[in-house]
Amino acid sequence: MDFIHDLMTYGFLQKAFATSIMVGIICGVIGCFIVLRGMALMGDAISHAVLPGVAISYMLGINFFYGAVATGILTAFGIGAISQNSRIKNDAAIGLVFSAFFALGIILITRAGSATDLTQILFGNVLSVRSSDMWLTLIIGAFVVLVVIMFFKELLVSSFDETMAAAYGLKTRMIHYTIMFLLTLVTVASLQTVGVILVVSMLITPASTAYLLTNRLSVMVVLAAFFGALSSVIGLYFSFLYNLPSGPVIALATTSLFCLAFLFAPKQGIVSKKIRIMSKRKEATAKS
Amino acid sequence: MIDSITVNNISVSYDDNEVVKDVSFSFGPGSLIGVLGPNGAGKSSLLQAMLGLIPRDHGNVRLGSHSIDEMRKQIAYVPQRSNIDWNFPIIVKDTVLLGTYPKTGLFRRPKKEDKEWSMECLRQVGMEEFAKRQIGELSGGQQQRVFLARALAQKADYFFLDEPFVGIDVSSEEVIIDILRQLKNSGKIVFVVHHDLSKVRSYFDELVLINKELIDAGPVNKVFQRDNMAKAYQRELMLEGLGVSM
Repeated sequence: MDFIHDLMTYGFLQKAFATSIMVGIICGVIGCFIVLRGMALMGDAISHAVLPGVAISYMLGINFFYGAVATGILTAFGIGAISQNSRIKNDAAIGLVFSAFFALGIILITRAGSATDLTQILFGNVLSVRSSDMWLTLIIGAFVVLVVIMFFKELLVSSFDETMAAAYGLKTRMIHYTIMFLLTLVTVASLQTVGVILVVSMLITPASTAYLLTNRLSVMVVLAAFFGALSSVIGLYFSFLYNLPSGPVIALATTSLFCLAFLFAPKQGIVSKKIRIMSKRKEATAKS
Repeated sequence: MIDSITVNNISVSYDDNEVVKDVSFSFGPGSLIGVLGPNGAGKSSLLQAMLGLIPRDHGNVRLGSHSIDEMRKQIAYVPQRSNIDWNFPIIVKDTVLLGTYPKTGLFRRPKKEDKEWSMECLRQVGMEEFAKRQIGELSGGQQQRVFLARALAQKADYFFLDEPFVGIDVSSEEVIIDILRQLKNSGKIVFVVHHDLSKVRSYFDELVLINKELIDAGPVNKVFQRDNMAKAYQRELMLEGLGVSM
Protein backbone atom coordinates (compact mmCIF):
# COMPACT_ATOMS: atom_id res chain seq x y z
CA MET A 1 0.00 0.00 0.00
CA ASP A 2 2.93 2.27 0.73
CA PHE A 3 3.98 1.82 -2.85
CA ILE A 4 0.65 3.08 -4.13
CA HIS A 5 0.76 6.00 -1.74
CA ASP A 6 4.27 6.87 -2.90
CA LEU A 7 3.23 6.43 -6.50
CA MET A 8 0.50 9.04 -5.97
CA THR A 9 2.90 11.38 -4.19
CA TYR A 10 6.21 11.35 -6.05
CA GLY A 11 6.62 12.62 -9.58
CA PHE A 12 9.80 10.62 -10.19
CA LEU A 13 7.99 7.41 -9.33
CA GLN A 14 5.12 8.24 -11.67
CA LYS A 15 7.57 8.83 -14.51
CA ALA A 16 9.33 5.56 -13.73
CA PHE A 17 5.99 3.80 -13.66
CA ALA A 18 4.77 5.13 -17.01
CA THR A 19 8.12 4.57 -18.69
CA SER A 20 8.60 1.03 -17.50
CA ILE A 21 5.08 -0.01 -18.48
CA MET A 22 5.61 1.36 -21.97
CA VAL A 23 8.98 -0.39 -22.21
CA GLY A 24 7.35 -3.64 -21.08
CA ILE A 25 4.70 -3.33 -23.76
CA ILE A 26 6.95 -2.57 -26.71
CA CYS A 27 9.61 -5.08 -25.73
CA GLY A 28 6.89 -7.72 -25.57
CA VAL A 29 5.48 -6.76 -28.97
CA ILE A 30 8.77 -6.64 -30.87
CA GLY A 31 10.05 -9.61 -28.87
CA CYS A 32 7.40 -11.85 -30.46
CA PHE A 33 8.83 -11.26 -33.91
CA ILE A 34 12.40 -11.60 -32.65
CA VAL A 35 11.57 -14.95 -31.02
CA LEU A 36 9.60 -16.34 -33.96
CA ARG A 37 12.16 -15.29 -36.56
CA GLY A 38 14.94 -16.94 -34.55
CA MET A 39 16.67 -13.62 -33.98
CA ALA A 40 17.12 -13.71 -30.21
CA LEU A 41 20.87 -13.39 -30.55
CA MET A 42 20.36 -10.44 -32.90
CA GLY A 43 18.28 -8.73 -30.21
CA ASP A 44 21.10 -9.21 -27.75
CA ALA A 45 23.60 -7.87 -30.28
CA ILE A 46 21.70 -4.70 -31.13
CA SER A 47 21.09 -3.89 -27.49
CA HIS A 48 24.80 -4.13 -26.69
CA ALA A 49 25.82 -2.31 -29.82
CA VAL A 50 23.94 0.89 -29.01
CA LEU A 51 26.51 1.59 -26.27
CA PRO A 52 29.10 3.46 -28.39
CA GLY A 53 26.26 5.53 -29.84
CA VAL A 54 25.22 6.55 -26.35
CA ALA A 55 28.81 7.48 -25.52
CA ILE A 56 29.30 9.54 -28.66
CA SER A 57 26.02 11.38 -28.11
CA TYR A 58 27.14 12.11 -24.57
CA MET A 59 30.43 13.55 -25.83
CA LEU A 60 28.71 15.65 -28.46
CA GLY A 61 26.10 16.81 -25.97
CA ILE A 62 23.15 15.59 -28.06
CA ASN A 63 20.28 13.32 -26.99
CA PHE A 64 21.56 9.74 -26.70
CA PHE A 65 18.66 8.66 -28.90
CA TYR A 66 20.39 9.73 -32.15
CA GLY A 67 23.72 8.10 -31.50
CA ALA A 68 22.16 4.91 -30.22
CA VAL A 69 19.89 4.51 -33.24
CA ALA A 70 22.83 5.18 -35.57
CA THR A 71 25.09 2.52 -34.08
CA GLY A 72 22.19 0.07 -33.72
CA ILE A 73 21.40 0.30 -37.42
CA LEU A 74 25.08 0.17 -38.33
CA THR A 75 25.37 -3.09 -36.39
CA ALA A 76 22.39 -4.65 -38.17
CA PHE A 77 23.89 -3.79 -41.56
CA GLY A 78 27.38 -4.88 -40.48
CA ILE A 79 26.13 -8.29 -39.40
CA GLY A 80 24.13 -8.65 -42.62
CA ALA A 81 27.14 -7.65 -44.74
CA ILE A 82 29.49 -10.15 -43.09
CA SER A 83 27.14 -13.12 -43.13
CA GLN A 84 26.01 -12.52 -46.72
CA ASN A 85 29.40 -11.78 -48.25
CA SER A 86 31.61 -14.35 -46.59
CA ARG A 87 31.47 -17.91 -45.38
CA ILE A 88 31.09 -16.71 -41.77
CA LYS A 89 27.80 -18.03 -40.36
CA ASN A 90 25.17 -15.68 -39.02
CA ASP A 91 25.65 -16.37 -35.31
CA ALA A 92 29.41 -15.90 -35.56
CA ALA A 93 28.91 -12.65 -37.50
CA ILE A 94 26.60 -11.43 -34.74
CA GLY A 95 29.07 -12.23 -31.98
CA LEU A 96 31.92 -10.69 -33.94
CA VAL A 97 30.23 -7.36 -34.62
CA PHE A 98 28.46 -6.76 -31.36
CA SER A 99 31.39 -7.58 -29.09
CA ALA A 100 33.47 -5.06 -31.04
CA PHE A 101 30.80 -2.38 -30.70
CA PHE A 102 30.26 -3.15 -27.03
CA ALA A 103 33.98 -2.99 -26.29
CA LEU A 104 34.25 0.32 -28.12
CA GLY A 105 31.26 1.59 -26.17
CA ILE A 106 32.76 0.73 -22.79
CA ILE A 107 36.03 2.46 -23.67
CA LEU A 108 34.23 5.57 -24.92
CA ILE A 109 31.97 5.77 -21.87
CA THR A 110 34.86 5.32 -19.48
CA ARG A 111 36.70 8.16 -21.24
CA ALA A 112 33.66 10.40 -21.53
CA GLY A 113 31.76 10.02 -18.32
CA SER A 114 32.05 8.43 -14.95
CA ALA A 115 31.64 4.90 -13.67
CA THR A 116 28.12 5.68 -12.41
CA ASP A 117 26.96 6.52 -15.93
CA LEU A 118 28.30 3.22 -17.17
CA THR A 119 26.52 1.26 -14.44
CA GLN A 120 23.27 3.06 -15.15
CA ILE A 121 23.46 2.38 -18.86
CA LEU A 122 24.43 -1.24 -18.35
CA PHE A 123 21.90 -2.12 -15.66
CA GLY A 124 19.24 0.57 -15.84
CA ASN A 125 18.00 2.95 -13.21
CA VAL A 126 14.39 3.60 -13.86
CA LEU A 127 14.03 5.88 -10.84
CA SER A 128 16.25 8.46 -12.51
CA VAL A 129 14.03 8.83 -15.58
CA ARG A 130 13.47 12.48 -16.48
CA SER A 131 10.36 13.91 -18.12
CA SER A 132 12.10 14.19 -21.48
CA ASP A 133 13.10 10.51 -21.32
CA MET A 134 9.58 9.53 -20.43
CA TRP A 135 8.15 11.39 -23.40
CA LEU A 136 10.77 9.93 -25.70
CA THR A 137 9.80 6.46 -24.55
CA LEU A 138 6.11 7.14 -25.02
CA ILE A 139 6.65 8.52 -28.53
CA ILE A 140 8.88 5.61 -29.54
CA GLY A 141 6.36 3.23 -28.02
CA ALA A 142 3.44 4.74 -29.90
CA PHE A 143 5.44 4.64 -33.14
CA VAL A 144 6.47 1.01 -32.71
CA VAL A 145 2.96 -0.14 -31.83
CA LEU A 146 1.52 1.79 -34.76
CA VAL A 147 3.98 0.26 -37.26
CA VAL A 148 3.27 -3.24 -35.96
CA ILE A 149 -0.50 -2.71 -36.23
CA MET A 150 -0.29 -1.22 -39.72
CA PHE A 151 1.98 -3.92 -41.11
CA PHE A 152 0.78 -6.83 -39.00
CA LYS A 153 -0.26 -8.85 -42.05
CA GLU A 154 3.12 -8.44 -43.70
CA LEU A 155 5.01 -9.16 -40.48
CA LEU A 156 2.95 -12.31 -39.97
CA VAL A 157 3.38 -13.75 -43.44
CA SER A 158 7.07 -12.90 -43.74
CA SER A 159 7.86 -14.35 -40.30
CA PHE A 160 5.93 -17.53 -41.02
CA ASP A 161 6.79 -18.19 -44.65
CA GLU A 162 9.36 -15.83 -46.06
CA THR A 163 9.45 -17.63 -49.41
CA MET A 164 5.75 -17.16 -50.01
CA ALA A 165 6.05 -13.52 -48.96
CA ALA A 166 8.87 -12.95 -51.44
CA ALA A 167 7.07 -14.93 -54.16
CA TYR A 168 4.06 -12.63 -54.06
CA GLY A 169 6.23 -9.55 -54.06
CA LEU A 170 6.86 -8.43 -50.49
CA LYS A 171 10.26 -6.85 -49.95
CA THR A 172 11.40 -9.33 -47.32
CA ARG A 173 14.82 -7.79 -46.84
CA MET A 174 13.22 -4.42 -46.18
CA ILE A 175 10.93 -6.05 -43.62
CA HIS A 176 14.01 -7.55 -41.95
CA TYR A 177 15.70 -4.17 -41.66
CA THR A 178 12.48 -2.53 -40.52
CA ILE A 179 12.33 -5.00 -37.64
CA MET A 180 15.99 -4.26 -36.90
CA PHE A 181 15.15 -0.54 -36.86
CA LEU A 182 12.20 -1.07 -34.51
CA LEU A 183 14.38 -3.28 -32.35
CA THR A 184 16.94 -0.50 -32.09
CA LEU A 185 14.25 2.00 -31.13
CA VAL A 186 12.92 -0.36 -28.48
CA THR A 187 16.41 -0.92 -27.10
CA VAL A 188 17.03 2.80 -26.86
CA ALA A 189 13.72 3.29 -25.12
CA SER A 190 14.63 0.53 -22.65
CA LEU A 191 18.08 1.84 -21.78
CA GLN A 192 17.10 3.54 -18.55
CA THR A 193 14.58 0.97 -17.43
CA VAL A 194 16.47 -2.28 -17.84
CA GLY A 195 19.86 -1.26 -19.21
CA VAL A 196 21.59 -2.60 -22.31
CA ILE A 197 22.71 -5.91 -20.84
CA LEU A 198 19.28 -7.07 -19.79
CA VAL A 199 17.13 -5.66 -22.61
CA VAL A 200 17.32 -9.09 -24.13
CA SER A 201 15.42 -10.57 -21.18
CA MET A 202 12.56 -8.12 -21.80
CA LEU A 203 12.61 -8.98 -25.51
CA ILE A 204 12.81 -12.74 -25.27
CA THR A 205 11.19 -13.79 -22.02
CA PRO A 206 7.67 -12.26 -22.12
CA ALA A 207 7.38 -13.27 -25.79
CA SER A 208 8.47 -16.82 -24.99
CA THR A 209 6.02 -16.97 -22.08
CA ALA A 210 3.21 -15.90 -24.41
CA TYR A 211 4.38 -18.41 -27.02
CA LEU A 212 3.67 -21.24 -24.57
CA LEU A 213 0.11 -20.06 -24.06
CA THR A 214 -1.40 -19.54 -27.50
CA ASN A 215 -1.55 -20.73 -31.09
CA ARG A 216 -2.28 -17.33 -32.62
CA LEU A 217 0.25 -14.62 -33.31
CA SER A 218 -2.15 -11.77 -32.55
CA VAL A 219 -2.93 -13.22 -29.13
CA MET A 220 0.74 -13.88 -28.54
CA VAL A 221 1.61 -10.23 -29.20
CA VAL A 222 -1.06 -8.97 -26.79
CA LEU A 223 -0.07 -11.48 -24.10
CA ALA A 224 3.62 -10.66 -24.47
CA ALA A 225 2.87 -6.95 -24.11
CA PHE A 226 0.84 -7.71 -20.99
CA PHE A 227 3.55 -9.89 -19.44
CA GLY A 228 6.17 -7.27 -20.28
CA ALA A 229 4.16 -4.52 -18.59
CA LEU A 230 3.36 -6.72 -15.60
CA SER A 231 7.04 -7.63 -15.14
CA SER A 232 7.95 -3.96 -15.30
CA VAL A 233 5.49 -3.07 -12.56
CA ILE A 234 6.59 -5.96 -10.35
CA GLY A 235 10.22 -5.09 -10.99
CA LEU A 236 9.71 -1.43 -10.27
CA TYR A 237 7.95 -2.26 -7.02
CA PHE A 238 10.77 -4.43 -5.67
CA SER A 239 13.43 -2.16 -7.05
CA PHE A 240 11.86 0.76 -5.16
CA LEU A 241 11.17 -1.25 -2.00
CA TYR A 242 14.64 -2.74 -1.59
CA ASN A 243 16.64 -0.09 -3.41
CA LEU A 244 17.86 -2.49 -6.11
CA PRO A 245 18.84 -1.70 -9.73
CA SER A 246 15.64 -1.94 -11.76
CA GLY A 247 17.05 -3.96 -14.69
CA PRO A 248 17.92 -7.17 -12.88
CA VAL A 249 14.74 -7.09 -10.81
CA ILE A 250 12.57 -6.70 -13.91
CA ALA A 251 14.55 -9.45 -15.66
CA LEU A 252 13.86 -11.85 -12.80
CA ALA A 253 10.19 -10.88 -12.81
CA THR A 254 9.94 -11.86 -16.50
CA THR A 255 11.69 -15.14 -15.69
CA SER A 256 9.27 -15.93 -12.86
CA LEU A 257 6.32 -15.52 -15.21
CA PHE A 258 8.05 -17.71 -17.74
CA CYS A 259 8.63 -20.46 -15.16
CA LEU A 260 4.93 -20.43 -14.27
CA ALA A 261 3.97 -20.84 -17.93
CA PHE A 262 6.66 -23.44 -18.50
CA LEU A 263 5.24 -25.57 -15.69
CA PHE A 264 1.52 -24.88 -15.85
CA ALA A 265 0.59 -23.66 -19.35
CA PRO A 266 -2.56 -25.61 -20.29
CA LYS A 267 -1.13 -27.27 -23.41
CA GLN A 268 2.63 -26.75 -23.34
CA GLY A 269 3.38 -26.74 -19.59
CA ILE A 270 5.37 -29.77 -18.42
CA VAL A 271 3.25 -30.33 -15.31
CA SER A 272 0.04 -30.08 -17.33
CA LYS A 273 1.43 -32.57 -19.84
CA LYS A 274 2.30 -34.99 -17.03
CA ILE A 275 -1.19 -34.69 -15.55
CA ARG A 276 -2.76 -35.36 -18.94
CA ILE A 277 -0.66 -38.47 -19.44
CA MET A 278 -1.45 -39.73 -15.92
CA SER A 279 -5.19 -39.26 -16.28
CA LYS A 280 -5.08 -41.09 -19.60
CA ARG A 281 -3.26 -43.95 -17.96
CA LYS A 282 -5.85 -44.07 -15.19
CA GLU A 283 -8.61 -44.23 -17.76
CA ALA A 284 -6.81 -47.07 -19.51
CA THR A 285 -6.35 -49.08 -16.33
CA ALA A 286 -9.94 -48.41 -15.28
CA LYS A 287 -11.13 -49.83 -18.59
CA SER A 288 -8.96 -52.94 -18.43
CA MET B 1 -6.99 -15.78 -70.73
CA ILE B 2 -3.79 -16.84 -68.99
CA ASP B 3 -0.55 -16.02 -70.77
CA SER B 4 1.92 -18.75 -71.55
CA ILE B 5 5.15 -18.95 -69.59
CA THR B 6 8.53 -18.76 -71.27
CA VAL B 7 11.84 -19.39 -69.54
CA ASN B 8 14.88 -18.05 -71.38
CA ASN B 9 18.42 -19.27 -70.65
CA ILE B 10 18.24 -19.34 -66.86
CA SER B 11 21.50 -20.09 -65.04
CA VAL B 12 22.09 -20.23 -61.30
CA SER B 13 25.30 -20.72 -59.38
CA TYR B 14 26.28 -20.96 -55.75
CA ASP B 15 29.89 -19.86 -55.16
CA ASP B 16 31.09 -20.50 -58.74
CA ASN B 17 29.34 -23.86 -58.76
CA GLU B 18 26.77 -23.82 -61.55
CA VAL B 19 23.65 -25.72 -60.41
CA VAL B 20 21.33 -24.69 -63.27
CA LYS B 21 22.83 -24.24 -66.73
CA ASP B 22 21.12 -22.29 -69.46
CA VAL B 23 17.66 -23.78 -69.11
CA SER B 24 14.92 -22.69 -71.53
CA PHE B 25 11.39 -23.94 -72.16
CA SER B 26 7.88 -22.70 -72.74
CA PHE B 27 4.38 -23.89 -71.80
CA GLY B 28 0.93 -22.66 -72.72
CA PRO B 29 -2.21 -22.25 -70.60
CA GLY B 30 -3.74 -25.39 -69.14
CA SER B 31 -0.50 -27.24 -68.35
CA LEU B 32 0.35 -29.54 -65.47
CA ILE B 33 4.11 -29.78 -65.60
CA GLY B 34 6.36 -32.12 -63.62
CA VAL B 35 9.88 -30.81 -63.00
CA LEU B 36 11.91 -33.97 -62.86
CA GLY B 37 15.52 -34.88 -62.25
CA PRO B 38 17.83 -36.73 -59.84
CA ASN B 39 18.81 -35.40 -56.42
CA GLY B 40 20.96 -32.30 -56.75
CA ALA B 41 19.82 -31.71 -60.32
CA GLY B 42 18.79 -28.15 -59.44
CA LYS B 43 15.01 -28.64 -59.57
CA SER B 44 14.21 -26.45 -56.59
CA SER B 45 16.86 -23.95 -57.61
CA LEU B 46 15.30 -23.70 -61.05
CA LEU B 47 11.87 -23.07 -59.53
CA GLN B 48 13.19 -20.45 -57.14
CA ALA B 49 15.24 -18.77 -59.84
CA MET B 50 12.18 -18.61 -62.11
CA LEU B 51 10.38 -16.72 -59.35
CA GLY B 52 13.37 -14.48 -58.64
CA LEU B 53 13.68 -15.83 -55.10
CA ILE B 54 17.35 -16.57 -55.63
CA PRO B 55 19.62 -14.54 -57.92
CA ARG B 56 20.05 -15.70 -61.52
CA ASP B 57 23.38 -15.41 -63.31
CA HIS B 58 21.42 -14.62 -66.43
CA GLY B 59 18.18 -15.43 -68.19
CA ASN B 60 14.62 -14.33 -67.62
CA VAL B 61 11.03 -15.47 -67.38
CA ARG B 62 8.16 -13.97 -69.37
CA LEU B 63 4.49 -14.44 -68.69
CA GLY B 64 3.10 -13.43 -72.05
CA SER B 65 4.49 -9.94 -72.48
CA HIS B 66 4.98 -9.39 -68.73
CA SER B 67 7.92 -9.93 -66.43
CA ILE B 68 7.53 -11.99 -63.26
CA ASP B 69 7.68 -8.85 -61.13
CA GLU B 70 4.62 -7.41 -62.87
CA MET B 71 2.67 -10.60 -62.24
CA ARG B 72 3.65 -11.47 -58.66
CA LYS B 73 0.12 -11.47 -57.32
CA GLN B 74 -0.78 -14.16 -59.85
CA ILE B 75 1.86 -16.52 -58.47
CA ALA B 76 1.11 -19.08 -55.79
CA TYR B 77 4.04 -20.90 -54.26
CA VAL B 78 3.91 -23.99 -52.05
CA PRO B 79 7.25 -24.45 -50.29
CA GLN B 80 8.89 -27.73 -49.33
CA ARG B 81 7.50 -28.90 -46.02
CA SER B 82 10.95 -28.86 -44.47
CA ASN B 83 11.15 -25.09 -44.97
CA ILE B 84 8.24 -24.33 -42.65
CA ASP B 85 8.40 -23.76 -38.90
CA TRP B 86 5.61 -26.09 -37.80
CA ASN B 87 5.64 -24.67 -34.27
CA PHE B 88 4.66 -21.22 -35.49
CA PRO B 89 1.64 -19.85 -33.61
CA ILE B 90 -0.85 -20.09 -36.46
CA ILE B 91 -3.95 -22.22 -36.91
CA VAL B 92 -5.13 -23.91 -40.08
CA LYS B 93 -7.77 -21.41 -41.20
CA ASP B 94 -5.42 -18.46 -40.67
CA THR B 95 -2.76 -20.22 -42.72
CA VAL B 96 -5.19 -20.48 -45.62
CA LEU B 97 -6.23 -16.87 -45.12
CA LEU B 98 -2.62 -15.84 -45.86
CA GLY B 99 -3.45 -16.73 -49.46
CA THR B 100 -5.80 -13.75 -49.66
CA TYR B 101 -3.10 -11.30 -48.50
CA PRO B 102 -1.50 -10.57 -51.90
CA LYS B 103 -4.73 -9.18 -53.32
CA THR B 104 -5.78 -7.50 -50.07
CA GLY B 105 -2.78 -5.18 -50.28
CA LEU B 106 -1.08 -2.95 -47.74
CA PHE B 107 -2.94 -1.36 -44.81
CA ARG B 108 -6.07 -3.44 -45.39
CA ARG B 109 -7.38 -6.35 -43.40
CA PRO B 110 -8.97 -9.48 -44.83
CA LYS B 111 -12.73 -9.05 -45.01
CA LYS B 112 -15.55 -11.44 -44.24
CA GLU B 113 -15.67 -12.59 -47.88
CA ASP B 114 -11.97 -13.41 -47.71
CA LYS B 115 -12.52 -15.53 -44.62
CA GLU B 116 -15.45 -17.33 -46.23
CA TRP B 117 -13.43 -17.89 -49.38
CA SER B 118 -10.52 -19.40 -47.45
CA MET B 119 -12.93 -21.72 -45.63
CA GLU B 120 -14.25 -22.75 -49.05
CA CYS B 121 -10.69 -23.53 -50.18
CA LEU B 122 -10.17 -25.54 -47.01
CA ARG B 123 -13.32 -27.49 -47.84
CA GLN B 124 -11.98 -28.23 -51.34
CA VAL B 125 -8.98 -30.02 -49.85
CA GLY B 126 -11.18 -31.76 -47.30
CA MET B 127 -9.65 -30.11 -44.24
CA GLU B 128 -12.48 -27.93 -42.90
CA GLU B 129 -12.88 -29.93 -39.71
CA PHE B 130 -9.27 -29.08 -38.78
CA ALA B 131 -9.77 -25.33 -39.20
CA LYS B 132 -8.90 -24.50 -35.60
CA ARG B 133 -5.92 -26.81 -35.18
CA GLN B 134 -2.41 -25.48 -34.88
CA ILE B 135 -0.63 -26.50 -38.08
CA GLY B 136 1.99 -28.61 -36.28
CA GLU B 137 -0.76 -30.89 -34.97
CA LEU B 138 -1.51 -32.20 -38.48
CA SER B 139 0.02 -35.11 -40.37
CA GLY B 140 2.35 -34.43 -43.29
CA GLY B 141 -0.36 -35.00 -45.88
CA GLN B 142 -2.81 -32.78 -44.04
CA GLN B 143 -0.19 -30.03 -43.81
CA GLN B 144 0.41 -30.25 -47.52
CA ARG B 145 -3.33 -30.02 -48.22
CA VAL B 146 -3.56 -26.90 -46.06
CA PHE B 147 -0.78 -25.27 -48.04
CA LEU B 148 -2.51 -26.21 -51.27
CA ALA B 149 -5.68 -24.60 -49.90
CA ARG B 150 -3.64 -21.48 -49.23
CA ALA B 151 -2.46 -21.50 -52.84
CA LEU B 152 -6.06 -21.90 -54.02
CA ALA B 153 -7.12 -19.00 -51.82
CA GLN B 154 -4.71 -16.83 -53.77
CA LYS B 155 -6.81 -17.19 -56.96
CA ALA B 156 -3.53 -17.21 -58.84
CA ASP B 157 -2.93 -18.17 -62.47
CA TYR B 158 0.48 -19.75 -61.97
CA PHE B 159 1.20 -22.39 -59.34
CA PHE B 160 4.61 -23.60 -58.19
CA LEU B 161 4.77 -26.59 -55.83
CA ASP B 162 8.09 -27.78 -54.44
CA GLU B 163 8.03 -31.54 -53.72
CA PRO B 164 4.39 -31.64 -52.56
CA PHE B 165 4.23 -35.44 -52.49
CA VAL B 166 7.20 -36.11 -50.22
CA GLY B 167 6.29 -38.00 -47.07
CA ILE B 168 2.51 -37.83 -47.35
CA ASP B 169 -0.28 -40.40 -47.21
CA VAL B 170 -1.98 -41.88 -50.29
CA SER B 171 -5.36 -40.21 -49.81
CA SER B 172 -3.78 -36.75 -49.44
CA GLU B 173 -1.79 -37.43 -52.57
CA GLU B 174 -5.00 -38.24 -54.44
CA VAL B 175 -6.76 -35.12 -53.17
CA ILE B 176 -3.80 -32.97 -54.23
CA ILE B 177 -3.34 -34.43 -57.70
CA ASP B 178 -7.10 -34.15 -58.26
CA ILE B 179 -7.07 -30.45 -57.49
CA LEU B 180 -3.99 -29.86 -59.61
CA ARG B 181 -5.83 -31.49 -62.55
CA GLN B 182 -8.83 -29.23 -61.97
CA LEU B 183 -6.53 -26.20 -62.00
CA LYS B 184 -5.02 -27.39 -65.25
CA ASN B 185 -8.47 -27.94 -66.78
CA SER B 186 -9.45 -24.40 -65.89
CA GLY B 187 -6.47 -23.13 -67.88
CA LYS B 188 -3.93 -22.52 -65.12
CA ILE B 189 -0.23 -23.33 -65.41
CA VAL B 190 1.03 -25.61 -62.64
CA PHE B 191 4.67 -26.57 -62.00
CA VAL B 192 5.37 -29.45 -59.62
CA VAL B 193 8.88 -30.41 -58.53
CA HIS B 194 8.83 -34.16 -58.28
CA HIS B 195 11.30 -37.01 -57.96
CA ASP B 196 9.30 -40.21 -57.70
CA LEU B 197 9.50 -41.72 -61.16
CA SER B 198 6.78 -44.33 -60.69
CA LYS B 199 3.81 -42.00 -61.09
CA VAL B 200 5.11 -39.59 -63.67
CA ARG B 201 2.90 -40.81 -66.48
CA SER B 202 -0.31 -40.81 -64.48
CA TYR B 203 0.29 -37.42 -62.86
CA PHE B 204 1.67 -35.10 -65.50
CA ASP B 205 0.96 -34.13 -69.08
CA GLU B 206 4.15 -32.23 -69.55
CA LEU B 207 7.65 -32.61 -68.18
CA VAL B 208 10.79 -30.60 -67.68
CA LEU B 209 13.63 -33.04 -67.27
CA ILE B 210 16.84 -31.55 -65.94
CA ASN B 211 20.17 -32.53 -64.55
CA LYS B 212 21.71 -29.07 -64.18
CA GLU B 213 21.22 -28.68 -67.94
CA LEU B 214 17.90 -29.15 -69.60
CA ILE B 215 17.65 -32.71 -70.93
CA ASP B 216 14.25 -32.28 -72.53
CA ALA B 217 10.96 -30.44 -72.08
CA GLY B 218 7.51 -31.07 -73.53
CA PRO B 219 4.74 -33.67 -73.48
CA VAL B 220 5.32 -36.65 -71.19
CA ASN B 221 5.30 -39.15 -74.07
CA LYS B 222 8.10 -37.30 -75.79
CA VAL B 223 10.24 -36.61 -72.72
CA PHE B 224 9.77 -39.71 -70.56
CA GLN B 225 11.92 -41.98 -72.74
CA ARG B 226 14.69 -44.37 -71.92
CA ASP B 227 17.56 -42.44 -73.47
CA ASN B 228 16.43 -39.16 -71.93
CA MET B 229 16.11 -40.76 -68.54
CA ALA B 230 19.48 -42.43 -68.90
CA LYS B 231 21.00 -39.04 -69.72
CA ALA B 232 19.36 -37.38 -66.72
CA TYR B 233 19.99 -40.09 -64.20
CA GLN B 234 23.20 -41.36 -65.79
CA ARG B 235 24.60 -44.38 -64.06
CA GLU B 236 22.57 -44.06 -60.87
CA LEU B 237 19.47 -45.09 -62.70
CA MET B 238 18.77 -48.76 -62.88
CA LEU B 239 15.20 -48.65 -64.01
CA GLU B 240 14.67 -52.36 -64.11
CA GLY B 241 16.16 -52.67 -60.66
CA LEU B 242 13.65 -50.17 -59.34
CA GLY B 243 10.81 -51.95 -61.07
CA VAL B 244 9.80 -48.92 -63.09
CA SER B 245 8.22 -49.60 -66.45
CA MET B 246 8.48 -46.96 -69.12
